[in-house]
Amino acid sequence: MNWSPARLRQPSVIPGFRLTLGFSLAYLFLIVLIPLGALLLKASELGIGGMLAIAFDARVLAALKLSFGASFVAALINGVFGLVLAWVLVRYRFPGKKIVDAIVDLPFALPTAVAGITLATLYAKNGWVGALFGPQTWVGSLFGPKGLMIAYTPLGVVLALTFVGLPFVVRTVQPVLADFDAETEEAAASLGASRLSTFTRVIFPALLPALTTGFALAFARAVGEYGSVIFIAGNIPMVSEIAPLLIVTKLEEYNYAGAAAIAVVMLAISFVLLLVINLLQRWNQSRMRA
Amino acid sequence: MFDRHQGNRRPRGRTMAGKVRRLASALVLGAAVMAAPVLSARADTTLLNVSYDPTREFYKDFNEAFAAHYKKETGETVTLQASHGGSGKQARSVIDGLEADVVTLALASDIDAIADRGLIAPDWQKRLADNSSPYTSTIVFLVRKGNPKGIKDWNDLVADGVEVITPNPKTSGGARWNYLAAWAYALKHNGGDEARAKDFVARLYTHVPVLDTGARGSTTTFVQRGIGDVLLAWENEAFLALKELGPGEFEIVVPSLSILAEPPVAVVDKVVDKRGTRKQAEAYLNYLYSTEGQALAAKWFYRPRDPAVAAKYKDIFPKVELVTIDDAAFGGWRKAQATHFGDGGVFDQIYKPK
Repeated sequence: MNWSPARLRQPSVIPGFRLTLGFSLAYLFLIVLIPLGALLLKASELGIGGMLAIAFDARVLAALKLSFGASFVAALINGVFGLVLAWVLVRYRFPGKKIVDAIVDLPFALPTAVAGITLATLYAKNGWVGALFGPQTWVGSLFGPKGLMIAYTPLGVVLALTFVGLPFVVRTVQPVLADFDAETEEAAASLGASRLSTFTRVIFPALLPALTTGFALAFARAVGEYGSVIFIAGNIPMVSEIAPLLIVTKLEEYNYAGAAAIAVVMLAISFVLLLVINLLQRWNQSRMRA
Repeated sequence: MFDRHQGNRRPRGRTMAGKVRRLASALVLGAAVMAAPVLSARADTTLLNVSYDPTREFYKDFNEAFAAHYKKETGETVTLQASHGGSGKQARSVIDGLEADVVTLALASDIDAIADRGLIAPDWQKRLADNSSPYTSTIVFLVRKGNPKGIKDWNDLVADGVEVITPNPKTSGGARWNYLAAWAYALKHNGGDEARAKDFVARLYTHVPVLDTGARGSTTTFVQRGIGDVLLAWENEAFLALKELGPGEFEIVVPSLSILAEPPVAVVDKVVDKRGTRKQAEAYLNYLYSTEGQALAAKWFYRPRDPAVAAKYKDIFPKVELVTIDDAAFGGWRKAQATHFGDGGVFDQIYKPK
C-alpha cells in the first residue's frame, strides 16, 4: 500500500487530521491494544500447537458453542423485542413513558451477579415463574412429563444474556427512529403502499443499520458475560458450562497461559463475527444507495 | 458560562451556587469525620487476614477477641481486616499482590501455590502445630426434613432418582474435600480398587444437576432454590445452615466414613517482613490455638484440636471414621491435587464425553 503523505491527506475544512488520527491511534493502543497484546503474549507461551489443543478440546468446544450460540439467540430476541420497545417509546405517548424509558437502562446499572441471582430465584423450579413451568401445571405439561426447566439449563443462559443485552438495541434504534419523519410514511401511504410494505420497504431498511449495530453490541456483550450467567447456568460440563467459566476454572488451576489461550480463541471468534456484521452492513448500505 | 446562559436567572443561580457550596463543604466535613477513625487506626497496626468463604462468621468473632486479647497483653492496638472468597481465588489475589499478613484458606494446596511463588517459606506447614491447621472440619450430608430419600451413606447417593448438590471441585476448595471423601469411601468398599473408585465417583457426579462455583452457592441452590435431595457440605456450613434457617427444615446425616478436612493457616513472610508486622501476625495465628480461640472455633462449628475444648463440645460433633489427606490413598495435597483436579486429571476424565 502506498503510505505517501498525499494519500494520508484528507480534504476537510477542519484542520488537524494528523493530530486527531495520531491521538486516536495512541488512545486505542493504550486502552485496547496493550491489554490484548499482553493476553496474546501470555497465550503464546503455549505455542500454536498448545493453543490449538486447548481450542479443540471437546469440553472447550462445547463451552464455546454454548457461549456463542446462546449469545446469538439472546441478541436475536433483543433485536426483535428491542425494536418493538424502541418503536413504542418513540411513536406513542402514554402515562409513565419516562419511567419505562428509564427502566430500559436498568440492566446496565445492576451488578450482574445480582441479576443472575434474581433470575435464578425467579426461574428455579420453586420460583415464581419457574413453578409455572413445572410438571404439575398445564403450561409445564405441554413440555413433557418433567415440565420445562429454565434455570440451570442452556435456556437459563439465554435468559440471562437476553437480560443484560436488552438496552443495546433499544438505545441504538431509538434515535434513528426519532429522526425518521412520519411524513415519509405518509408519502408511502399516499403513493398506495400497504401498511406491510411501508414497514418492510420504507421503515425497516432505514432502521436496519442501527438495528444491526444494536444486535452486534448485544451479542458482544453477551459473549463476554460471566457474573449473571454462572448463577443460573447450572455449569455442568458439556451441557451448561460457558466459555468464560472455563477461563476462570483454568485460573483456579493457576494455569494462566491456558486461560489466556481460551480468551484468545474467544476474541478471535468475536472479532471475525463482528467484522462480518460490519461488512454485511456496508454491503447493505451500498446496495441501498444503488 | 453559566452567566451567559442563565443571565436572567442570576439571582436564583447565585443562591443555587451557595447551596451547592454549602453542600460540598458539608460533604467534605462528613467525609473527614468518617475517615477519622480509619486514619487514627492507621497509626496502629492493621493486619489483613485473607480467608475463604465459610469462615466469615468465625473470624468476625475471633478478630474482636484477638484485638482485645492483644491490647491486654501488650497494650498495642491491632485492627483486623478480613477478606473472604473462594479459596483458590483468594490465593490468586495474594499471589497477584494483595498484601495479606496471614492467609487462612480451605486447602493446603492453595497455600502451597502461594509458597511456590516465594511469598511464604516452603516449610510453612511445619511451623505451627497440627499441620498448621488449628481447627478441622469434615464433610457431612444435609438432607430435607424427614430424609424422604432415606439417605444414610455414600452409596445411597447414587441410587436412582437421587439428586446431589455439590460445587465444582475445580473452582471450590470445599468441593475437593467432598470429592475426596467420596473417593475414600469407594476405595474402602472396593478393596482399594482405583478403577472402581473412579467409576463410583463418576456415577456420583451424574447425579449432580447443578455445579456451583463455590460452597455458599451450592448451599443456596439446595436451601433456597429447593433443588436436590442431598447437599454435600462442610460440617460447619451444614450446622450454620441449620442454625440460620431453623432446625426442622433440614437434617444432618453423618456418613459411615468421611475425610478430615484441615483448613490451614500461614503467615505470609514476604508481606509481614516488608510491613514489619511479623510479631502481630504470629501472635494472631497462635491465638487460634489458645483455649479462647479453640472455643470460638467450636462455637462456629469447626472441630477444635484442643482435647479439653473438644471434650466440652463432643455432643455437637458426632464421632465418625475420618481418613486424612496424608493417607496412602491420597499421598498429601500436592499429589492429590495433581492426580484428581489438575488439567486432564481424574475429575476432568469423569466429564470426558464417552
